Amino acid sequence: MESEQLYHRGYCRNSYNSIASASSDEELLDGAGVIMDFHTTEDDNLLDGDAASPGSNYNMSNGGGAPSSTTHLLDFLEEPIPGVGTYDDFHTIDWVREKCKDRERHRKINSKKKESAWEFTKSLYDAWSGWLVVTLTGLASGALAGLIDIAADWMNDLKEGVCLSALWFNHEQCCWTSNETTFAERDKCPQWKSWAELILGQAEGPGSYIMNYFMYIYWALSFAFLAVCLVKVFAPYACGSGIPEIKTILSGFIIRGYLGKWTLMIKTITLVLAVASGLSLGKEGPLVHVACCCGNIFSYLFPKYSKNEAKKREVLSAASAAGVSVAFGAPIGGVLFSLEEVSYYFPLKTLWRSFFAALVAAFVLRSINPFGNSRLVLFYVEYHTPWYLFELIPFILLGVFGGLWGAFFIRANIAWCRRRKSTRFGKYPVLEVILVAAITAVVAFPNPYTRQNTSELIKELFTDCGPLETSQLCQYRSQMTGNDAGPGVYSAMWQLCLALIFKIIMTIFTFGLKVPSGLFIPSMAIGAIAGRIVGIAMEQLAYYHHDWFLFKEWCEVGADCITPGLYAMVGAAACLGGVTRMTVSLVVIVFELTGGLEYIVPLMAAVMTSKWVGDAFGREGIYESHIRLNGYPFLDAKEEFTHTTLAREVMRPRRSDPPLAVMTQDDMTVEELQATINETSYNGFPVIVSKESQRLVGFALRRDITIAIENARRKQEGILPNSRVYFTQHAPTLPADSPRPLKLRSILDMSPFTVTDHTPMEIVVDIFRKLGLRQCLVTHNGIVLGIITKKNILEHLEELKQHTEPLAASWYYHKKRYPSPHGSNGKPRSRVHHVQLIRSFQDGWGGRGEDSEDEEEVGLLDSSNL
Amino acid sequence: MPSDREGLWMLAAFALMTLFLLDNVGVTQAKSFDDVRCKCICPPYRNISGHIYNRNFTQKDCNCLHVVDPMPVPGNDVEAYCLLCECKYEERSTNTIRVTIIIFLSVVGALLLYMLFLLLVDPLIRKPDPLAQTLHNEEDSEDIQPQMSGDPARGNTVLERVEGAQQRWKKQVQEQRKTVFDRHKMLS
Repeated sequence: MESEQLYHRGYCRNSYNSIASASSDEELLDGAGVIMDFHTTEDDNLLDGDAASPGSNYNMSNGGGAPSSTTHLLDFLEEPIPGVGTYDDFHTIDWVREKCKDRERHRKINSKKKESAWEFTKSLYDAWSGWLVVTLTGLASGALAGLIDIAADWMNDLKEGVCLSALWFNHEQCCWTSNETTFAERDKCPQWKSWAELILGQAEGPGSYIMNYFMYIYWALSFAFLAVCLVKVFAPYACGSGIPEIKTILSGFIIRGYLGKWTLMIKTITLVLAVASGLSLGKEGPLVHVACCCGNIFSYLFPKYSKNEAKKREVLSAASAAGVSVAFGAPIGGVLFSLEEVSYYFPLKTLWRSFFAALVAAFVLRSINPFGNSRLVLFYVEYHTPWYLFELIPFILLGVFGGLWGAFFIRANIAWCRRRKSTRFGKYPVLEVILVAAITAVVAFPNPYTRQNTSELIKELFTDCGPLETSQLCQYRSQMTGNDAGPGVYSAMWQLCLALIFKIIMTIFTFGLKVPSGLFIPSMAIGAIAGRIVGIAMEQLAYYHHDWFLFKEWCEVGADCITPGLYAMVGAAACLGGVTRMTVSLVVIVFELTGGLEYIVPLMAAVMTSKWVGDAFGREGIYESHIRLNGYPFLDAKEEFTHTTLAREVMRPRRSDPPLAVMTQDDMTVEELQATINETSYNGFPVIVSKESQRLVGFALRRDITIAIENARRKQEGILPNSRVYFTQHAPTLPADSPRPLKLRSILDMSPFTVTDHTPMEIVVDIFRKLGLRQCLVTHNGIVLGIITKKNILEHLEELKQHTEPLAASWYYHKKRYPSPHGSNGKPRSRVHHVQLIRSFQDGWGGRGEDSEDEEEVGLLDSSNL
Repeated sequence: MPSDREGLWMLAAFALMTLFLLDNVGVTQAKSFDDVRCKCICPPYRNISGHIYNRNFTQKDCNCLHVVDPMPVPGNDVEAYCLLCECKYEERSTNTIRVTIIIFLSVVGALLLYMLFLLLVDPLIRKPDPLAQTLHNEEDSEDIQPQMSGDPARGNTVLERVEGAQQRWKKQVQEQRKTVFDRHKMLS
């Protein structure tokens, strides 16, 4: 027996071989969203509906021109079964299997290389396809980012007025060549007409103010309405920031259509509309999604990537780097963002490709020059004033503020999103967007700091006051010598405080609306406003108390010793850090964004503090929280597992459950096999030697079995319900009158991952994370006892969390009720939510629920059935 | 035939991108008169108020001495005055902006028309089709299951194929809509 196992293992390669070459069916593989008929995803139990023809739900078209005339058994063995080795929607991929597949494909191409010039060219193409696909991705995402920047700027200014001489110019471009601009009002020029000027014919006075106010609200509402309609009608997946979903996809989940063409187009268009509507959102997160869509679409040009889900995820990692690269003009920051925040599997090769993709994307964006300043980013600061050691204290205080804001925002936003998810209120997405947009526009217009584009606000806050600046923030009493704040600064302070409160409230309700919405820019704006306020306060303190021992040494009378712009920068980084819990990539992004290399230490101090403070209130960043809220099967590689449970305690079936559903290697008939499949909802079945010995042979996926049986029915003669099915190398000896047996060895995974029942869960969880397994069998003395799937592990983690932190949990739910004045759900809310959360794990994506996740949960078969 | 569509899409995407890049290259080569400027901002100095100078100059000549003309201060003060001024050379591409805005608006317009078609005209054309109706009022679409009528995409004529592709696409969008808006399984 032992030797037979070994013998089988030797054939592992063979079995992979056939799986690898099997996936020629283009149609089934079209993950960009096209096909994979959604029917199957609907009622996960493929077979519940019509048990008679289990395969009929599959789109069994024989694409890819596979020879269809072969009906011989032998030929059939050589011929790959189309569709085997692919995945259903909302399923988890098996990284190990995918990697094995790729290695096999690579070997095949390499061995053929020397046969002919054509094969050699093909191998070259194959070797280069990785770089080609990231180049194309970089080009496309750079171009799209340019388009988004230009169009969003233009539409944003459309709320104020139009450029009569050339309709396609925004305000700044309209006055670009004008000589009529003056020092005090440098953005006024005759070509640019505000709506009041156009409609009423007068530029000043209360009438024109009201007219402008009205037009501002009108445009904001129509942009928001258009955006949400387009999302709803054409591509619902285009809403939100996309980063939680991309994280989940990169960790090995399949969401068909999430990175497709329609999503790309609608997201690009509606992103512009959403940004222009003045909602408190940014374009950075959605740009990552846009870049990933580009990566996914281009990977269809290259068989190496289109047919292998694990390889495709390498391209997506690189694409997300390109996305951040163009969003912030920070190529290195993009690579680090991909590494730190989104990617799950990030080998060195991917690092280089991400680097290259980020470079290409940044180059393209730079050559499009969307801001007309020959820079990639809007906020580039040029001051190089030194900072003093003492200033670390306010920087750290800003970090504390950032951490508190982050923790508060995550709580409040998740509570609000949960309400949207679980109550009737979520039924009116269009109305909600309109309402939020209306409130935002009505409140934002009177305050100049909220009326303007958020990135322009950040730019203004980052800029240091100098003799050239005329903004209200820089109206000091004596321009040359002192920093004595004038009335302008004081009124600016008031407006900034109001803007801060407004932004904080609106951002909580905006993130999660059904329009593309990023989080980076609003978070940075909040931090920048707070930082600027602190900076000016510090400056005044130093001015009035320059004889304090703290200021005495380095702050002489009349000298510029404190730079408020720097405080704004540090505050922005701290708030972003509090929300996303990024560290390295965030600091790199901020200094690439501002060019302030000298300020790395303050930035690091603030970001680190904000992470500590934020972590004290809850370890999850906003993206992880949203992943958990939606119940995506995401196994976080950063979390530690510190419990002492054993594999036996986690595996299915549980003690009280019926026994494990298994298949035997050579004594089941087609009928029995189908009965097994029909009676259970598991997505995979262990194959054992026989009922008596129970030793493990391999593992077969439900989807593969279904496809293979259906395929055999159609192509092979003589397959009857009572045909014998065998997974062994040679057909079993059968009575003479029995129908021709069906060989299914090619779909059998001969090397399933196994652990023994006494393996600590710590190790099992590690194996799942590091190898990206989908399921793992649990054995005892070579006998299959049960199975552990990714979902079981997630459930287990959730369970442990509930057990070990009852105190924290109750406090958590208590706190969550905080923003509830906006709803009518009373007391029992915390309990309801509690239940909700668990439910979302159990049937949200999986199990017997509607969409099956990878739940090869084990069931059991009656032994009489076998 | 999904590959047909795929090809078409790719082609369109490529065409757009090439247009974009070509346009960009073309513009950088033949820089129009309007596309460069040298802008000098001079702050108030003594009793002279601040001023902005805006000229078409090459990057080499973009400095206070060339751009500020007439010089508001007497000869010996020029250096002090010019030290305060900040001159920036800037480029832009009006063509890129124009083309981008036109592309954007035409795509939005096309989508709008298509949306109106789907919401208003389509349900009228084919009343009996449950699909179109559910698209129209998706609030109560939960119970109506689109029937799988074989494979609608396998038509013979181009028109049938397009029709099939459209039906398939509609089905997917409907599915997505259910996931996102009705069941709130994703993206909430």
